[in-house]
Amino acid sequence: MRILVVEDDKDVAGFVVRGLREAGHVVEHADNGRDGLFLAASEAFDAVILDRMLPGGIDGLKILETLRGQKNTVPVLILSALAEVDDRVKGLKAGSDDYLTKPFAFAELLARVEALNRRGKGEGPVTKLVVEDLELDLLSRQVKRAGQKIDLQPREFRLLEYLMRHAGQVVTRTMLLEGVWDYHFDPQTNVIDVHVSRLRQKVDKPFPTGLIHTVRNAGYMLRAEQP
Amino acid sequence: MIDRGLFRSAGFRFGAIYALLLALSATALALFLWWATAGLLDRQTEAAINADAQGLSERWADGGLPALVVTIEDRLAQNIDDDAIYLLTDANMKRIAGNLASWPPSVTTAGPWYELRVMRAGIRSLASVQRYELPGGFHLLIGRDVQVRAQLRALLTDALLWAAIVVILMATVGALVVRNLFRRTLANISTTAAAIAGGDFAKRVRLTGRGDEFDQVAEVINEMLDRIGRLMDGVRQVSNAIAHDLRTPITRARTRLEDAALHAETPDDLRAAIERAIMDLDGIVGVFQALLRIAEIEAGSRRSSFARLDIVPLLAEVADLYDALAEERGIVLKVETPPAVPAYGDKAMIQQAIANLVDNAMKFSPEGGTVQLKVSVSSMVFIAVSDQGPGIPPAEREKATNRFYRGESSRSTPGSGLGLSLVLAVAHLHGGDLRLEDNNPGLRAILTLPLPDEAEARRSAALAAPPLAAPSLAVPPSLTAPSDRPL
Repeated sequence: MRILVVEDDKDVAGFVVRGLREAGHVVEHADNGRDGLFLAASEAFDAVILDRMLPGGIDGLKILETLRGQKNTVPVLILSALAEVDDRVKGLKAGSDDYLTKPFAFAELLARVEALNRRGKGEGPVTKLVVEDLELDLLSRQVKRAGQKIDLQPREFRLLEYLMRHAGQVVTRTMLLEGVWDYHFDPQTNVIDVHVSRLRQKVDKPFPTGLIHTVRNAGYMLRAEQP
Repeated sequence: MIDRGLFRSAGFRFGAIYALLLALSATALALFLWWATAGLLDRQTEAAINADAQGLSERWADGGLPALVVTIEDRLAQNIDDDAIYLLTDANMKRIAGNLASWPPSVTTAGPWYELRVMRAGIRSLASVQRYELPGGFHLLIGRDVQVRAQLRALLTDALLWAAIVVILMATVGALVVRNLFRRTLANISTTAAAIAGGDFAKRVRLTGRGDEFDQVAEVINEMLDRIGRLMDGVRQVSNAIAHDLRTPITRARTRLEDAALHAETPDDLRAAIERAIMDLDGIVGVFQALLRIAEIEAGSRRSSFARLDIVPLLAEVADLYDALAEERGIVLKVETPPAVPAYGDKAMIQQAIANLVDNAMKFSPEGGTVQLKVSVSSMVFIAVSDQGPGIPPAEREKATNRFYRGESSRSTPGSGLGLSLVLAVAHLHGGDLRLEDNNPGLRAILTLPLPDEAEARRSAALAAPPLAAPSLAVPPSLTAPSDRPL
């Protein structure tokens, strides 16, 4: 992916840029709003990571609004220390695709940026998700693995759907909480882990290979076993 | 405040208004008195002269000049008060009858009233006269001696002048008294305010016990001070808690990093130490986020997102999130609700509050225990979450909703100690409350929310007149009061 990082803090920017490059992405960096807007408007990116408070007279929201005003639909993730619900709402209303508050774990950022890419492509209406021998039919709401029907509760179905839509990508617990339960706060207990482990019981346990993998310090990933 | 120039002092203004009012009413009284005495005499004189003129003109009409002369002489003879003045002259101003020696030169025309000095029987006197023209060129002058009236008038004027002096004195003294009263009443409030500004937060405005307006103001001020005091206690508590509860994980993270830097022998050791330190830091961030969220809720800015909603689906979603966990721990999660429970508020916040209560119950519930979620509606909406865990001793319940409270028995369980604080903040924002009760065994946490109609009305009222301050977490709800609720 070709990613633009607009972030004025040297340490944070350096860390993010290095991390994204290590993960195999091509990264451009702007350390002020003016350059950021120029780059975002003049070049094609797969995703933009945008800080809200920037020097140079143009803040993140302004950049975002300008881009959207020019019908630029590049996926944007706002990365900000402004953490109040209203700030998040403001960011999303201005046209951002995701909102992550500082401080953040890099794994969370990476997972969300990669998920953005998928979202940005707009793959159109899908009726069936397939990973290896696991099939999920969105119309008949049926799940099959190796031709064998698996009975899932509605919530388990949505959890699996989310994992399959992001197959091959890391999905963090917060992403699951937001994407599947629409919760925007962290429960103190490990509820998500329990739900995933229940899903595993049904989807992975009866079969020789597991598809749902735990990614240490990050979350989960649904993918075919590496050859 | 008082010595900043006389005219800017409200006490002076009130005194001046008092003096002005007093002077105005005294003047009005004096004018009336004048009108009722001196004025009355004037009017009486005029009436008497008019009556005389009427009588004499009738006599003239009846008997001509001789009759008039006789009548004048009769009247003069019969005048006991000796105040009548008549003078009848011919066309050449030659006296025919009357008690004046000659025609006063200043009385030139008929009609207007003349006030003039006359010489009568050798005594100078003051007279009020009018001139009448008779057919045949005769002139008639009718008047009254008003010397007595003039004396009375002088007397009255003197009296009123003295009265004016007395009024001015009284107004000045009164104004000073009013000003001092005002100043003393305000001084009571202003010394209190000054003491508080100086740091003595225990000071309160003294009540006179009369229950008057000043007492009411004092009471409102005292209530405000109590509220500010509680808020400050809350802030102090939070800073203490931050100092203590955040210091611990920060110290732990720091120690780990330092220890790793000094003693780690393999890169794996180092990595493990760093990862643990990151986890500690994440915990700290979590605490901060919870604190900010509570502050955000308390500030009340989210009221704009209030809407009517049904509690039941919210509960179902929370139950759905936690039932897997319950199953894993062998806990029975029971949900008991009416088919629909309308409420008014912020969906995400209420959901988070309920989730926090369930989260708490799950954490403390023993294996095989029951966590019950029960909603009932009467005068309010009651959302009760009960567990069969260790509960909270009655003495500690009041403190349980304070930020960073950790029960003695729960020091070992994970958590920030902010869960119940957040629930209470949400409850207060919605005009409800959080009560903790004994579940025998275990804890029953009851979140109350007002009925939607009431809540909506209250919100409209709140929008019209914003409250002084958002409800504070530090306010202990009446947790110890025995409950007669149907839960």
